[in-house]
Amino acid sequence: MKMQAMLNGRNVEAEIAPDMMLLDFVRSQGMKSVKRGCDTGNCGLCTVWVDDKPVLSCSTPALRVKGKKITTIEGVADEAEAFSSFLAAEGADQCGFCSPGLIMNVLALRKENPHPSMDEIDEYLSGNLCRCTGYQSQRRALAKYFGIVEERK
Amino acid sequence: MFTFEKYMTAGSLEEAFELNRGKRNVVMGGNLWLKMGSKNYSCAIDLSGLGLDKIEETDEGFEIGCMTSLRDIEMHKGLDSAFSGSIREALRHIVGVQFRNTATLGGSLYPRFGFSDVLTIFACLDTTVRLYERGDVPIEEFIEQTPGNDILTGVYIRKDGRRVSYRSHRMSETDFAVLTCAASCLDGKYTAVFGARPQKACIVHPEGNDISGIAEDAVSRVHFGSNMRAGAQYRQEIAGVLLRRALADIQGEE
Amino acid sequence: MKYVGKGIVKKDAKALLSGKAVYTDDLAPSDALTVKLLRSPHAFARIRDIDVSKAMLVPGVETVISYRDVPRRRFTLAGQTFPEPSPYDRLILDEYVRFEGDPVAIVAGRDEKCCIRAMKLIKVEYEVLEPVLDFRKSKDNSILVHPEADFLGHTELGTDNMRNLCASDFSEEGDVDRILSECEHVVEGSYHIKAVNQAMMEPFTAYSFMDTYGRLNIVSSTQVPFHVRRNVAHALDIPKSKVRVVKPRIGGGFGAKQTAVMEIYPAAVTWFTGKPAHLIFTREECFINGSPRHEMEVTVKLGADGDGKFRAVDLYTLSNTGAYGEHGPTTVGLTGTKSLSLYSGFEAHRFSYDVVYTNVLSAGAYRGYGATQGIFALESAVNEMAERLGMDPIKLREKNMVHEGDVLTHYYGETASTCALDRCVARVKEMIGWDEKYPCREVAPGRVRAVGMGMAMQGSGISGVDVGSAQIKLNDDGFYSLLLGCSDMGTGCDTILSQMAADTLGCDIDQIVVYGVDTDQSPYDSGSYASSTTYVTGGAVVAACEQMKKKIVSCASELLGRDKEELSFDGEKVFAADDEDICISLADMVTSLQAGSAGVLCAQSSNTSPVSPPPFMAGVAEIEIDLETGKITPVNFAACIDCGTVINENLARVQAEGGIGQGIGMTLYEDVRYTDKGRMMTRNLMQYKIPSRMDMPPIHVEFEQTYEKTGPFGAKSIGEVVINTPAPAIADAVYNATGLRFRTLPITAEMVLKGLKEKGSR
Repeated sequence: MKMQAMLNGRNVEAEIAPDMMLLDFVRSQGMKSVKRGCDTGNCGLCTVWVDDKPVLSCSTPALRVKGKKITTIEGVADEAEAFSSFLAAEGADQCGFCSPGLIMNVLALRKENPHPSMDEIDEYLSGNLCRCTGYQSQRRALAKYFGIVEERK
Repeated sequence: MFTFEKYMTAGSLEEAFELNRGKRNVVMGGNLWLKMGSKNYSCAIDLSGLGLDKIEETDEGFEIGCMTSLRDIEMHKGLDSAFSGSIREALRHIVGVQFRNTATLGGSLYPRFGFSDVLTIFACLDTTVRLYERGDVPIEEFIEQTPGNDILTGVYIRKDGRRVSYRSHRMSETDFAVLTCAASCLDGKYTAVFGARPQKACIVHPEGNDISGIAEDAVSRVHFGSNMRAGAQYRQEIAGVLLRRALADIQGEE
Repeated sequence: MKYVGKGIVKKDAKALLSGKAVYTDDLAPSDALTVKLLRSPHAFARIRDIDVSKAMLVPGVETVISYRDVPRRRFTLAGQTFPEPSPYDRLILDEYVRFEGDPVAIVAGRDEKCCIRAMKLIKVEYEVLEPVLDFRKSKDNSILVHPEADFLGHTELGTDNMRNLCASDFSEEGDVDRILSECEHVVEGSYHIKAVNQAMMEPFTAYSFMDTYGRLNIVSSTQVPFHVRRNVAHALDIPKSKVRVVKPRIGGGFGAKQTAVMEIYPAAVTWFTGKPAHLIFTREECFINGSPRHEMEVTVKLGADGDGKFRAVDLYTLSNTGAYGEHGPTTVGLTGTKSLSLYSGFEAHRFSYDVVYTNVLSAGAYRGYGATQGIFALESAVNEMAERLGMDPIKLREKNMVHEGDVLTHYYGETASTCALDRCVARVKEMIGWDEKYPCREVAPGRVRAVGMGMAMQGSGISGVDVGSAQIKLNDDGFYSLLLGCSDMGTGCDTILSQMAADTLGCDIDQIVVYGVDTDQSPYDSGSYASSTTYVTGGAVVAACEQMKKKIVSCASELLGRDKEELSFDGEKVFAADDEDICISLADMVTSLQAGSAGVLCAQSSNTSPVSPPPFMAGVAEIEIDLETGKITPVNFAACIDCGTVINENLARVQAEGGIGQGIGMTLYEDVRYTDKGRMMTRNLMQYKIPSRMDMPPIHVEFEQTYEKTGPFGAKSIGEVVINTPAPAIADAVYNATGLRFRTLPITAEMVLKGLKEKGSR
């Protein structure tokens, strides 16, 4: 079936299988930042924006978002770097496999809530799993990015 | 591997319903659960072109379309203030924001999942489930029906001024609940709902003189079972605890 | 020191954080055949007959491989130095299937859909056999997991497939039974540590193709490229010269990728068909066919005199290697070596073990590698001893713990050449506010907060076995290429090794270029495991760079016509000490070498260490318990670590926090569970819950540095030691809050509430 969408600001068209998921579609279009990490919607590695909202591309049929605006980290490089430089400064990138999905969700959070508390951040990002960091260095980077003065408990 | 051969964006509910009568066709909600299976469908029916993704608030209540995302329900200010944040509390543990942006109300309610937080909280409100074929059904009745191939088009929740609270117990914060519990009080009458028993939500109307009495009565009317997350005995024990806490929340609101 | 000790940003940070296509699956050729595996539905069965003819007819299917098509030479998939201690007990596909999920056939085709159609058309007739599922009943059971005649194990390690034994050993110093009988206090208990999954974010992935020279190329997300080369060569029974393995960036390993769990399947497809092939495990396959931590039951008997001085200890470990023996004979040893050596002064000690086969998924390497299990048992026993003595557990440790200069209790006769364990314990005590918080306090009605502690150690590489190598080349403009054979799996070893190189050479870190591993081009390295990279490969890097400096000076000496002794090198130029005008820059030196002169400046070094100096640490957990539901919430964790010199403070800290996070996961949430038929129940991230950020308390990490003379810049290791303290610390905190001692992990709310009810009714 015919698929068309605005992917990272560029009109893309392709003939795809009806049951192709958005994850496979964006990867087939070269957006390799979007990763498959589970098959159950739990890990958040495949997070992309559809009309600026973060969704799980592993579960979204590509044809459902026909004609819509799809954004991956490749399409928001500068905005992403404003946050990712804090991750790098903490060594929080580690294996990096969860980073693009995490960053997409962090940027989405900032749009929804520019001044979140650390608890709100943890809750918003709870669907972004990371196995390397124990989340601490990510929290430090997030605190700097959102300008939170962390109290040491 | 879950597959389908055709993808059909329905132009009307009637069209969707007719298609859905086909044994190998399926109405697709957020596709989170469906995708985990390994069925091969002929046609996936998408309702997202029908404008059923909205929450409309009136003085009397809320009309919520079946394609509304769980996240939109969670973030709705009207729902939040009408039911003292209980809906938000019920939804916020469900995996993560991206998941709840993807999951739909219809997909969450229609299969009547045992583990459902959504079913538990909605069953504790004056909720009418709108089905395409059967028409409007009170949620108590909906829970007992076997799914079949009707289409859930939305729900209506009446604003009746009840006080509500939602509590759950989980092994980890974003896991399926070991037990869900919602309680509400309207005109001195209590409703308690237990879900993830692990069977689907069960509604009771307990009586008693005080919180402990009401909780004890409620728990005695409900059957609890075992699964890999906990045994029946444990569920029964914490059912009383969660309900007492929910009732205390309600009293605290007064 | 310009770089060592600093929190230098990882060299690959920018690529990783901008989502560049740098992982195996991102690089796979689009025309590669998709590979899928048909798996056994039974825990134990013999394939009576298998008919693939119908499957072969499915359009798009290229090949279907069954056990009849593969070489009959047994091998192991453990990524270990040759000769591997792990038994040679598998084939690519076997007539016997030994766990639910064991591959039965390999299908390769145009896409996933046609492969799945073909899988459904493979007719398999199974003779279903009764499995051995309880590891306590496996030894000398009449059912044998490996009855085959061509099984090849090491008898000197106690391997005996006719007894279901993967390994077995016994060692004793002093008369343990006599001393224990004399002790005033003896605590005894069995600790059950379940299998847990590494759950790295990137699934197991590999692709393969034949190159111009008729060689099998494999690109894999692996920690052990050189061992994969051998594993695959053994499996296909082909010369190693026919195999090349390349490792791009890896999305986490934690030991899982120290076993070549899946490279052999695409490799077999490519070798048999000549076509490129690509296999990516689904998350379910990562669970049912991965390489989780060995389930173990560790029984400890600890004896002390009336003052709390330890006198004797007896430790017996029963380890479950599952269907195959990968890492079975080696993980178990660490339950003794890395636990008993936390204390000195025993008059007698005994350590014995059995490692048994069962019909569940083969275990493998997971961060901590047996030490985690042993330390949970021994540290819990020590905490119990403290309670028996009515003594603060920190005081009891102060009395007995190992100190610098002590001969380590059970550690190949090695001495603790550096050890700041005493300072680590003192520091965590301060960090958490132990004296105010121990043992517990009520923070609200029905809510109790408590603290608990544990100590830990690990090794730094495997002494006398692990080899790290580095090769460094000087290029135009004076930049260096640093070739390494160790696998950076996200930990940042490419960066810290560059820090060492830059400081040794006195250059800017941007002048050092590092590469991913390619077995054709990188110098041999045993791989990234056993906490070896910083210590072992780091040693090779420093030595290679020292050599390079010498070579630079002697080259300059020829070009400048001055004796070497008269010259100095400052990282950018070589100059005469007495006359700075006599000088040549690195860039000019390379330019002159590249024109009409036949000199290439290249240095290489290999390193192996006769010792494996242990890093030490102390960890304290603070938890809150809801006494009405039993729910345990970790609220705080403090850790202090002696890893020698900290090479990169940020990356060391993240190692610690990540390891502690995984330790908290295995203590409270994670549990690989099976049905009574041997089917794994926790086969995805929905049922096997790793901690989310909402589950993770603040973790505070500090370092008490020492200077380990045998390590590069004084470094020891950090990668594994950090996972070992949460289990004993949290278990003890639970005890301090409730009076309930749990010896099985994970500790759940249900277990706590049940214990409280039973205690209440007593």
